[in-house]
Amino acid sequence: MRTKIVSGLAAAVDGIADGSTVLIGGFGLAGQPLSLIDALLEQGASGLVVVSNNAGNADFGIARLLAAGRVRTVICSFPRQSDSYVFDELYRAGKVELEVVPQGTLAERIRAGGAGIGGFFTPTGYGTLLAEGKETREIDGRGYVFEKPIRGDVALIGAYRGDRLGNLVYRKTSRNFNPMMATAATLTIASVREIAEVGELDPEAVVTPGIHVDRVVAA
Amino acid sequence: MSLDRDALAARIADDIPYGAYVNLGIGAPTLVADHLDPAREVTLHTENGLLGMGPAATGDDIDDDLINAGKQPVTEHPGAAYFSQADSFAMMRGGHLDICVLGAYQVSVRGDLANWHTGAADAIPAVGGAMDLAIGAKSVWVMMDLTTKDGASKLVESCSYPLTGVACVSRVYTGRAVFEVGAGGVRVLDTLGSTLDELRALTGLELS
Repeated sequence: MRTKIVSGLAAAVDGIADGSTVLIGGFGLAGQPLSLIDALLEQGASGLVVVSNNAGNADFGIARLLAAGRVRTVICSFPRQSDSYVFDELYRAGKVELEVVPQGTLAERIRAGGAGIGGFFTPTGYGTLLAEGKETREIDGRGYVFEKPIRGDVALIGAYRGDRLGNLVYRKTSRNFNPMMATAATLTIASVREIAEVGELDPEAVVTPGIHVDRVVAA
Repeated sequence: MSLDRDALAARIADDIPYGAYVNLGIGAPTLVADHLDPAREVTLHTENGLLGMGPAATGDDIDDDLINAGKQPVTEHPGAAYFSQADSFAMMRGGHLDICVLGAYQVSVRGDLANWHTGAADAIPAVGGAMDLAIGAKSVWVMMDLTTKDGASKLVESCSYPLTGVACVSRVYTGRAVFEVGAGGVRVLDTLGSTLDELRALTGLELS
């Protein structure tokens, strides 16, 4: 019987290579797949490019990867938070690169990456520092900035329930970046709080269809 | 005379029309929610993926999966809907929200907004949803003090801080007066009891 469910966290993150671009779901701690990030830390991959909304909170999740020196570049919208001291220190010491992307543009770039779109023109950021060096165009009298898609080698997804086919549902605002990220990586790994039997998830309510998901782990 | 933050928030709440879809930015604008008359059926949007946001959660209502854009625990109203951030920002960028109320460092007379970066050399840049919010609602209102602690006007001819959005703000609420800004320049909508001469002295702007 075909199953995407793997037996544990080590199996879930097996094979992630050094230098990978890793899309990590979550907004702050909501929907951030902490157990998968911890497993990735254990697995040992380094030189990573992390794409996520934030650059880690306190000593959890992404902050742990950063503290261990595994991250070369962070692409995010909002690194600076009250508890982002790990990132702040590394950034000020020049030990991690940062690309700041407006939040909606980050979401749409990842969506584009998963949807086979080669880029898009957005009004967000037009006329600001974050548009410098980018192609701009006036369309029907409004200024737009060209933004490229983002794809990952790996996506780490924090979902609520999932089945062996990889179908996922999320819970409340922990959905955030997870559904787009699930579509935009070569290897999509989802941690779920509960495994559901096939048929148990209402097909009308499935947010991430299983086609996008390669591995599911209960964590 | 001038309005304190709470009174200003109440004034803004009073200007929000019946049935509007509204996003309240982080900081002082969140106070507006406390003054919305439920009978007005205003729906609050939070860009991390919820329409129909309720008040801050306390005690047993705190749920780590239910937070606002400031990552504070909140509640949901009956009829709420969750969506991804791509959908949330499509909602915003697509002009579906009626009003967004934001804080600001500076607003220019033509409606340019500066609220994401002080420009300080050692500042870690962090934009979040600020640039999307700036261009993403049918009307963008700013709630801010008219002057800095040092007395410099925050309503300016031209912003000196890095811009968040160009010509995007239509109205500026301060404790001293309410202003309209835009292509036609600045105009005082409500003096809130100040005189035009007082406002001219505070801002250094030609006002009418």
